[in-house]
Amino acid sequence: MRLLHPENIEDIALGAAVLGTGGGGDPYIGKLMGIQAISEFGPVELLSLDEIDDDALIVPTAMMGAPTVMVEKLPKGDEIIKAFHALESYLGQKITATMSAEAGGLNSVTPLTVAARLRIPMVDCDGMGRAFPELQMVTATLYGISSTPFAIGDEKGNSAILNTINNRWTETFSRSITIDMGCAAMIACYATTGKELKEWAVPNTMTLVEDIGRTIREARESKANVVETVREAVGGFQVFRGKIVDVRRRTEKGFARGEAIMEGVDDYDSQTLELNFQNENLVAIIDGEIMVSVPDLITVLETETGEPITTETLRYGFRVTVLGIPCNEKWRTPEGLELVGPRYFGYDVDWVPVEERYGQ
Amino acid sequence: MRIGVDVGGTNTDAVLMDGTTVIGWFKTQTTADVTTGITTAIRTVLEETKIPTNEIKAVMIGTTHFTNAVVEQKRLMQTAAIRVGLPATECLPPMVDWPPDLRDTIGNHKYLVHGGHEFDGREIAPLDENEIREVAKDIKSKGIRAVAISAVFSPVNGSFEERAAEIIQNELPDVSISLSHEIGRMGILERENAAILNACLGELAKAIVDSFRKALADMKIDAPFYLSQNDGTLMSAEYAEKYPVLTFASGPTNSMRGAAFLSGVKDAMVVDLGGTTSDVGMLLRGFPREASVAVEISGVRTNFRMPDVYSFGLGGGSIVSQDPLKIGPQSVGYELTTKGLVFGGDVLTTTDLAVAGGLVDIGDASAVKSLDATFVREALDEIQSMVETAVDRMKTSAAPVPLILVGGGTILVSRQVEGTSEMIKPEHFPVANAIGAAIAQVGGETDRVFALAELPRDEALAQARQEATDKAIAAGADEKTITIVDVEEVPLAYLPSNAVKIRVKAVGDLAL
Repeated sequence: MRLLHPENIEDIALGAAVLGTGGGGDPYIGKLMGIQAISEFGPVELLSLDEIDDDALIVPTAMMGAPTVMVEKLPKGDEIIKAFHALESYLGQKITATMSAEAGGLNSVTPLTVAARLRIPMVDCDGMGRAFPELQMVTATLYGISSTPFAIGDEKGNSAILNTINNRWTETFSRSITIDMGCAAMIACYATTGKELKEWAVPNTMTLVEDIGRTIREARESKANVVETVREAVGGFQVFRGKIVDVRRRTEKGFARGEAIMEGVDDYDSQTLELNFQNENLVAIIDGEIMVSVPDLITVLETETGEPITTETLRYGFRVTVLGIPCNEKWRTPEGLELVGPRYFGYDVDWVPVEERYGQ
Repeated sequence: MRIGVDVGGTNTDAVLMDGTTVIGWFKTQTTADVTTGITTAIRTVLEETKIPTNEIKAVMIGTTHFTNAVVEQKRLMQTAAIRVGLPATECLPPMVDWPPDLRDTIGNHKYLVHGGHEFDGREIAPLDENEIREVAKDIKSKGIRAVAISAVFSPVNGSFEERAAEIIQNELPDVSISLSHEIGRMGILERENAAILNACLGELAKAIVDSFRKALADMKIDAPFYLSQNDGTLMSAEYAEKYPVLTFASGPTNSMRGAAFLSGVKDAMVVDLGGTTSDVGMLLRGFPREASVAVEISGVRTNFRMPDVYSFGLGGGSIVSQDPLKIGPQSVGYELTTKGLVFGGDVLTTTDLAVAGGLVDIGDASAVKSLDATFVREALDEIQSMVETAVDRMKTSAAPVPLILVGGGTILVSRQVEGTSEMIKPEHFPVANAIGAAIAQVGGETDRVFALAELPRDEALAQARQEATDKAIAAGADEKTITIVDVEEVPLAYLPSNAVKIRVKAVGDLAL
């Protein structure tokens, strides 16, 4: 067990942007919310998975909605509290702890605001080891854990509890409710026992994002090569280094989709990389061939500063380094690949592990 | 004839123009009180050109006064920040992410009240007018005289901000009120920050405008005067008293506008090479491209229309170290004329390299004779490469575009910059910024959401154009000269009613 203080949040938010693979919402708002909640309610206990009792009840919490709305209609802060209690009485058990469903981006930090208010601990793990755009895309789904009873709440005090036949239906219904709630809502779902959690969770991801964030901060302070230290910290591979020469964007079914084209420099001279994204980075195509794809992580860093670049800020002229990071092994199963592999996102290719192409 | 003045961190420049002709210009050091520098510059230009003051029809001033006031935290008012948004937004109150000292300087007075809109125009909660009256009482009891009002989604619907302002003004006739939707864009924290900064500058704005008025009267210049805004257009003195924050970053904007005017090129990259730093920006149809991400002012994030400028540490006064070769970011700044080698000093600067490399003939060239020729060539190559990297960073496509160089440090660049189609060093390049102020036009902008389910796209666009044109005329533009310079359509895809956000900007020449 250790305590999370405001200074930890700065590092967590920065590191979460690396695992956000270009998406996951505005880490700036998340960081402010986390720091504010801890300053108001006190530090949050972070428990490792092995400190969790098998019969404990853990409920992940997250924000759902459009990132563009969240920067305007900021949360109230206690959106989920009532729904959380409703969930407790529905399940007939007190909730022991909360956790992050998604370690990448804004939702790495949002459970902190819940934990601080309810004075419950947070577990050092998440359900993705990265960020994904849809609700069913968590490792819990692979282990037959239901997302329901699913609680959703807004700032006005409205809340709803959903029961569905599978996790994709939860995604469908909750998306509609979120729009009615003003395109920003807080959710609690995938209630799970400690025993189950130890099976399905991606462990130690809060500590991992904090380590990544601290590594970036310290490398900047000591003027070290930030990109290389990040690569080491995440156990990733350098896939490309170059310059963004074109960015095309469009909005499809509520998702921000598009492509960024990069021209290589140094060792990558005369190569071209096409990055495709749907909120998050999906595939990296070098000279016509998909070289890295979901579920492995594709992270774009500004070469000079090591700053992770989100898909909204991709722009001509950025000097960038693209990292490929192996995803958690749970995604590397036939079920995992069916849920979040390249085919789910419309690419008719087999997934090839990033280390097979780049690890020697 | 008109006079353009640019007050920069180091120099204050004045230029006298007859129509599109530069009659004369003068550069002097910026003074601590600013006004003395402006008076010196204008007086000297008028004396040198022997133009009688009654020929002057308008004076345009670009100033860093207000930016400096925020940076130095001087003469800022106690300000009440009222946000209309409850029950939303409660967890992050106004000024939550400000540097604590600046927040304390203006009192950290914050109020959250019920109201605000959803993304699609529904109300989050009705506006609670009694709640606002209670806030007014508290503001009165604290003796606060500046108020900033923000509301959730006010760029889509500003009515709650306007109604809250009415109530406050009714209760407290003497306070000055800034509304966030008149200043900033989507993103409540940043827009609210811009409104609060504007509010806390209120008294200073009145004082500065008064001192300009008096300075011009003392010089017997009986002409209206205008302040440069950061979008390259002018605002009247009366408007500037209300919206001082709109002068932030008008300096780089004026340089780029001046560069466009002097070169006659409307789409180009511009590098303004100063004494310590240089700015790169991009001209689109004669105006600077605007920044799309948050811009920090003294540690406060804002999102109002700022030019998208990249600054890097290279200028005519940049200090050069030999082994290993390093250029800037340290600089001798305005002391170049005493500290540089060619001026008899003992610091090797980029200007000395330019003299040694034969790019320019100033000062005493014999002072740099001993420099190794290979070293000079390598150092000048490095300077060239710094400019090339910065220019490329700000380009939006790989296609070569013209490059305009302005500012005193222009001497440092002698060869065509990679990725550009031509290199233009226009006449009067050292005072491009003051010229930019002198030739500035007046503008009007509309930026709001149209529901295309109710209004066909063509009509929505026409309506937006008309609104922008009307605003430009209201701001003093000559109707015959008005052109639409920017139309931006952003579909709001997550909305069911096929809504689109349309931003139109119209500009025209000042009706004199």
